Amino acid sequence: MQTAAKKQKLVVIGNGMAPGRALEHLFEMAPDTYDVTIFNAEPRVNYDRIMLSPVLSGEKEFEEIIIHGDGWYIKHGITLYKGHRIIGIDREAKTVTSDAGTTESYDKLLIATGSVPFVLPVPGNDLPGVLTYRDLDDVNAMLLAAQSRARAVVIGGGLLGLEAAAGLKSRGMDVTVLHIMPTLMERQLDPAAGYLLEQAVEARGIRVMTKASTKEITGQNRVEGVLLADGTTLPADLVVMAAGIRPNALLAREAGLETNRGIVVDAGMRTSDPDIFAIGECAEVGGQCYGLVAPLYEMARVVSAQLADDAEAKFVHSETPTKLKVTGINLFSVGDLGEGDDRQEIVLRDAAAGVYKRLVLRDDRIIGTVLYGETSDGAWFHDLTKKRTDISQMRDTLIFGQSYQGGSPLDPMAAVAALPDDAEICGCNGICKGKITGAIAGKGLTSLDDVRSHTKASASCGSCTGLVEQLLALTLGESYNPSAVTPMCSCTDLGHDDIRRLIKAKKLKSIPAVMQELEWKTSCGCAKCRPALNYYLVADWPDEYADDYQSRFINERVHANIQKDGTYSVVPRMWGGVTNAKELRAIADVVDKFAIPAVKVTGGQRIDMLGVKKEDLPAVWADLGKAGFVSGQAYAKGLRTVKTCVGTDWCRFGTQDSTGLGIRIEKFMWGSWTPAKVKMAVSGCPRNCAEATCKDVGIICVDSGYEIHFAGAAGLDIKGTEVLGLVKTEDEALEHVVALTQMYREQGRYLERIYKWAKRVGLEEIRRQIMQDAVKRRGYFDRFVFSQTFAQVDPWSERVSGVDKHEFQPMAKIGYQQAAE
Amino acid sequence: MNWVEIGTINDIPRRGARCVNTPDGRIAVFRTMEDQIFAIDDQCPHKGGPLSQGIVHGAAVTCPLHNWVISLETGKALGADEGSVKTIAIRLDGDRILARLAVTAMAAE
Repeated sequence: MQTAAKKQKLVVIGNGMAPGRALEHLFEMAPDTYDVTIFNAEPRVNYDRIMLSPVLSGEKEFEEIIIHGDGWYIKHGITLYKGHRIIGIDREAKTVTSDAGTTESYDKLLIATGSVPFVLPVPGNDLPGVLTYRDLDDVNAMLLAAQSRARAVVIGGGLLGLEAAAGLKSRGMDVTVLHIMPTLMERQLDPAAGYLLEQAVEARGIRVMTKASTKEITGQNRVEGVLLADGTTLPADLVVMAAGIRPNALLAREAGLETNRGIVVDAGMRTSDPDIFAIGECAEVGGQCYGLVAPLYEMARVVSAQLADDAEAKFVHSETPTKLKVTGINLFSVGDLGEGDDRQEIVLRDAAAGVYKRLVLRDDRIIGTVLYGETSDGAWFHDLTKKRTDISQMRDTLIFGQSYQGGSPLDPMAAVAALPDDAEICGCNGICKGKITGAIAGKGLTSLDDVRSHTKASASCGSCTGLVEQLLALTLGESYNPSAVTPMCSCTDLGHDDIRRLIKAKKLKSIPAVMQELEWKTSCGCAKCRPALNYYLVADWPDEYADDYQSRFINERVHANIQKDGTYSVVPRMWGGVTNAKELRAIADVVDKFAIPAVKVTGGQRIDMLGVKKEDLPAVWADLGKAGFVSGQAYAKGLRTVKTCVGTDWCRFGTQDSTGLGIRIEKFMWGSWTPAKVKMAVSGCPRNCAEATCKDVGIICVDSGYEIHFAGAAGLDIKGTEVLGLVKTEDEALEHVVALTQMYREQGRYLERIYKWAKRVGLEEIRRQIMQDAVKRRGYFDRFVFSQTFAQVDPWSERVSGVDKHEFQPMAKIGYQQAAE
Repeated sequence: MNWVEIGTINDIPRRGARCVNTPDGRIAVFRTMEDQIFAIDDQCPHKGGPLSQGIVHGAAVTCPLHNWVISLETGKALGADEGSVKTIAIRLDGDRILARLAVTAMAAE
């Protein structure tokens, strides 16, 4: 009998996109070959670094750009040291040691230390307020600085600098970009396109200064300004250095590996030590270092094959197109744009449309492409370059793009249809058309998200999303529904999630501001969007937003439930379903006094008085208020009831004080608005008499603590709850329930109950954020508490004291003259 | 029919409504975002819901009971629903709102 070979130990230094991709390939090709340990100098999981710009600008949240969540590392048995920087490699002993003192041995070592930002060697470059733009910590530091809405200077007018500038501008800062060359992005663009780009950047209110050489960063205790070589001084509260990157080869150099600009590797990504590999921005292969994601992913593919014993895998150089991720600026550039006697060019300019296209040709082949304003043919031109296609036959119409080749103009769909199967669609991930259409047909994919998760196409920078959608439409025909995002209502094309995101990102704090900025199609919305917007604004800006009562449904406007005959029902709060003789007597008196026709016990353990005339509501509330009652908010998209059983107070099976906990939760959370109603329950033992397992949030008390449940339903849908987790103390139970509710308040779509929200965002994700991430949980909890300081006002007593008096009285009573009072 | 004063424009919140009780039933008086004033019977043609309690948007109101949308200008149901409700003529005199009603005087409030 043969025994399985012992697993080898693979240690990875760095946890960026390249090693993340390499491991994905490796686990696919050779699943049980290695025990993997990763040291990440950043204290977090692997995320999509090229999407930091949308995070900076507010178009995405950090959670959305995570590539591998904690679960992925667990699933693959990876030991991940977060926040550990490797300080030494001992090639004799085959060990690495981190700054925290951890030493791990390896059989194979993969170095992926990436790059370090180039910091200008000028005086003052170490002042507080001078940042680089490299990782999430930099982004967070910039966001913090942007809160002051002060002045920012970005040094560097390349890809990174412009994205940083656009992000800071959209965060409300006054931004100037300094660029040492005469035109922006001179390495990727020719001067004409650089000029157009400069115009577009300036049109966004960002000042651009070219030929600007930084001499000094000034300031006493922190940055105060930037002094240029020509004597100009620019005041600045924040300086971002985005003047380039340098391969981070220091560790390798100290370990005696061969280095040049980067860590020198052969085409198999092997360093001068056969057991050590290097990939990513730190690696130098064929005399070249790379910074764009496509070649880095190619390195990942090669190294994983090598690690899986495929000695044939070789890295081959290819040109990678550059795209700028600034919303509204379309730019594409690839290849050799230099001028020369052996070259010809084709140029198309359309000033009115802001379009500039230039193709550089040599020997009837395209060697370089710049597209500005209209970039949809980028993939096609790039394909012609890669295949070295002779273009002499189509030269006259070449610049107009693929649609104009071979007779009559084609529509864009036909252009995509005409692309060969090996045409590259996703440059970042090197995914060709055939692979995408094959996956759609073979795996039954129906949405963009499906394609992203199965093929990775459009999952990195997203600029090929349009092409991928066209491929979906082409492959699926009629059955593909491109507008997978359902608009909120017919007043807008945006879906709920986009609107919620934009409310935060653009700091929209009133309904008119939302409608103006998000280009509502109606003047003042409709009965669908206005209540939704009102909720989002209340939830997102609890201290600043003035609740718009005219955008609330009548029940929430008059704090009672409208009935079929236009009368109202009134439900006072009975904390945890507990009442007493005095309260019951007060209710009885109110029923008699106002001749209330019906009284009923509700499913939420309280008492409903039905058939109250609207005019009587304030007087009914006044009498109830005297007995200590407040509104039960039985009408609210908010916290309704917390149902309880009698628990250890009375029950011989009770394990905890379920009544007390229920009352505590209700007193803590009453008054909060939520996307849809929230009903809770606390049961004192697993017999579950309070029916906690079909509630939005439920707690089952057990001997060892409190089992928190959520996402149940017992209405249109019937669904048992899911378990969130077990906590030991009542305080923890409260904190977890509150944090969960706040997460739902921040993410739920209006009228979306917790179980639907949970299904959409994923139970695992909710458990991760609420059970495992104490910092997140505390953040949610604190935001809820802050919001409650504005929400916990009893609406009934407010109205008894005269608020919204007009709601409850007719404007006029008119009779015949003789009948006049 | 007479023009009867029923209140002033400031008695009604923008994008809101107030009721006026008359011997012929309750009418709903609306004020739009643009300060137009409309009056219709306070009874949805569908199930008699109180239109005055609905959400006002543009020159329309959505009934609070089953979300029918009623045009304030014509009294007709909009969209796929069919039905209509009586409209009452309104005249503005400065801030004063006058409605054309089959009554001769206004009762003290």
